[in-house]
Amino acid sequence: MPDQPLSPQNASPVERAVMGGLGAGMIAVSLRRPGPAGLMFAATGALLLAGASMGRSVGARMVGIRRTPDDGIAVEKAVTIGLPPEDLYAFWRNFGNLPRFMNHLESVKVQSDGTRSHWVAKAPAGTHVQWDAEITEDQPGRRIAWRSVEGTPVPNEGHVDFRAAPTGRGTEVHVSLKYRPPGGSMGAAVARMLGEEPGVQIAEDLRRLKRLLEVGEEPTTEGQSSGRRNALKKAEAKMFDNGRTA
Amino acid sequence: MKAVVWEGINRVKVERVPDPEILQPTDAIVRVTATAICGSDLHLLDGYVPSMAHGDILGHEFMGEVVEVGSAVRKIKKGDRVIVPFPISCGKCWYCQRGQTSLCDNSNPNAKLAEALWGYSPAGIYGYSHITGGYAGGQAQFARTVFADDNLYKVPDGLTDDQVLFLTDVLPTGYMAAENCNIEQGDVVAVFGCGPVGQFAIRSAFLLGAGRVIAIDRFPERLDLARGAGAETINYEEEEVFERLKAMTGGRGPDSVMDAVGLEAHGTGVGGMADAVKQTTRVLETERPHALRSAIMACRKGGTVSVPGVYGGLGDKIPLGAFMNKGLTLKTGQTHVHRYLDVLTRHIERGEIDPTVIITHRLSLDEAPHAYKIFKHKHEHCIKCVLDPWADPKDHDPVKAGDIRANSAD
Repeated sequence: MPDQPLSPQNASPVERAVMGGLGAGMIAVSLRRPGPAGLMFAATGALLLAGASMGRSVGARMVGIRRTPDDGIAVEKAVTIGLPPEDLYAFWRNFGNLPRFMNHLESVKVQSDGTRSHWVAKAPAGTHVQWDAEITEDQPGRRIAWRSVEGTPVPNEGHVDFRAAPTGRGTEVHVSLKYRPPGGSMGAAVARMLGEEPGVQIAEDLRRLKRLLEVGEEPTTEGQSSGRRNALKKAEAKMFDNGRTA
Repeated sequence: MKAVVWEGINRVKVERVPDPEILQPTDAIVRVTATAICGSDLHLLDGYVPSMAHGDILGHEFMGEVVEVGSAVRKIKKGDRVIVPFPISCGKCWYCQRGQTSLCDNSNPNAKLAEALWGYSPAGIYGYSHITGGYAGGQAQFARTVFADDNLYKVPDGLTDDQVLFLTDVLPTGYMAAENCNIEQGDVVAVFGCGPVGQFAIRSAFLLGAGRVIAIDRFPERLDLARGAGAETINYEEEEVFERLKAMTGGRGPDSVMDAVGLEAHGTGVGGMADAVKQTTRVLETERPHALRSAIMACRKGGTVSVPGVYGGLGDKIPLGAFMNKGLTLKTGQTHVHRYLDVLTRHIERGEIDPTVIITHRLSLDEAPHAYKIFKHKHEHCIKCVLDPWADPKDHDPVKAGDIRANSAD
C-alpha cells in the first residue's frame, strides 16, 4: 500500500497531446509508405496513440515515474539503518545535517522561528533551485513532514517516517515526496535519465545516510591504481562506477 | 608497481601501474607476498561476469605485510602479516554483525549497479568486476585494502604463506559449501568439480562428519587428489554420473550434493551444446548451469544442494520440477570468509587440513598470463597457481601435486 494516492495515468496532459499527435502523424505517414518501413511507422504510431489515449507515458513507464492524481510526481523510498528511531529522528531534524548525505543539497538554513527553512539545491546543467519550506508535522522520534511555501519554482511536499524495524534491525526510514517539476512527467523522465531526478537522488541519499551513520564513511575506489591510461578507458570504468556520483 | 591487468576477453597482461595510496582513513596498504588465481577469475577472464573494464587489476586471493595504515586504523599495525578475505566487510551492518560478511550492506560503492542486476547488492569484492565495487585486486606487488580493522586477519606465527593463503577464499569456500550441506554423521556427500574449492569441500565434508564423499571430475590429477583425501571418484567422461551415483548409494542418491563448478561447466549432449552456444552471446544465457542441473537431479529426496560455484546472471532449464517434487533444499552464497578464519586456522595448525596440497604451480607475477592459460585449460596438470609478486621468473619451476616439501620452500 503506497504512502500516498497514485494516479493510474503517468503522462501529463501536455505529454498526452504531443505523443497523441505524433502517433496520429506516424499513422498518416504509414498510409503513404508500403512495405516494412510503413508497417513500422504504423505500429509505432498506434503504440503512441494508444498510450496517449490511456494516459500512459512510455518514457515515464520505462524509467519508473509515478504520478499523483493532482498532477505531481510521487517518490517513495525506504532504507533500514541499524540505529534507534530516536537517533535517526534527531539527526534528520537537525536540517543542517541533510547536505551531509544529500549530495544535491548545497545548504539548508533554519529561520529563527524554527519551522521555516531555506533550501538551496543543485539542479540539472549546473543551475540552482532555492525554496522556502515549512514544517507541517513534527512528531519526535517518529515523523517529520514539510511543504514548500507559495512561490517556489519546484513546489514540493513530503514526510519522512522513522519506524522501528523488527528483530533489532534498527529503523526503517520511509521518505515520501511529491513534487511538480518544470515540464511535468516528461521533464521528470528526462531528469531521471540524467540521474538528477529526486526519485533517483533520494534512493542514493538514503544509502549515503545509512553508510554515514553505520560506518562513518562512504566506500570509494576514487583515485585507486589501475592499468587505465587513456581517457576513453577511464570513461568506460567510470560508466560502471557511477554509484557515488549523481 | 607490477600488477595483473584485465585487457579484454581472454587477455590479461602484467603492467606497470601507480602504487596504491591510502584513500580513506580506514585503509591499509599491503605489500603482497603471495597471491593466487581463483577459478572465478576465469569467469572474469572469459568475460562472463559483466562489468569488467579495460585496465582493472585482478586478484582476490592475496596476503602480505602491512606497510601503511590510515589514520583511523587501530587494531592493524604496520609490519603485521595478514591475509585479505575476498569479500569486504564493513563490520557494522546487520549482515556483518551476524557473520554474513559477503552480504555486507555498506562495502560496495557500486551497489546501484548490483541492485539493477541482482535486486540487492552483496559486499564489495577485491578485483572482481565493477558490480562488486570495482576495487583493484591483489595480483600485484601492493594492494589497497579497505576497512582494515574489520577485514585484515593477522596470521599466527609459525604458519607459512602457503598454509594460510587459501584462507582468503577457496578454503573457507569449500568449508562453507560443506557446512551448507547440513551433513549428519555418516552421510553420503557428492561433489561436482574437483578443483581447489571441490578439494577443500571434500576434506571439509569429512571433517564435518560425512561417512562417504563421492567426487566427480574429468581430470585424473584432480581425481587422484580427491582419492588422496579419502573420496570415491567418478570420471564423468568415462561413466554416466547419475546412474553411477545411484548404484553407489543403493539407489537412494547422495544425501547432499555440491556444485563446485559454477557457470562454465562442461556440459554434455544437446543441452550442454545449447548452453555453450547461447553463452557466447553473453545475452541469451550467461551461464552453463550443467553441474547445477546434475546436482539437483542426483540429490536424494529431501536432500540438500549446496552451491559454492559462482553464477553471474541467467541460466536456463533448471529442473525446478525435480527441485520441488523431491523436496530439496538449496543453499548458496559467496563465502562469509571472516566467520571461518579462526576455526580453519586451528584445523591448519593441528594438521587436520593441509591447504598446500592443491598447489601445483608456483610462478612469478610476470608469468601471470601463462599461469591463467595453464589454469584455464588445465595444461601441465595444473590445479592451483600461486604467484610471487617479487620473484624473478627464472626462480620457479612447476611443482608436483601434493608434494608438500617442494611447496613450503620459504
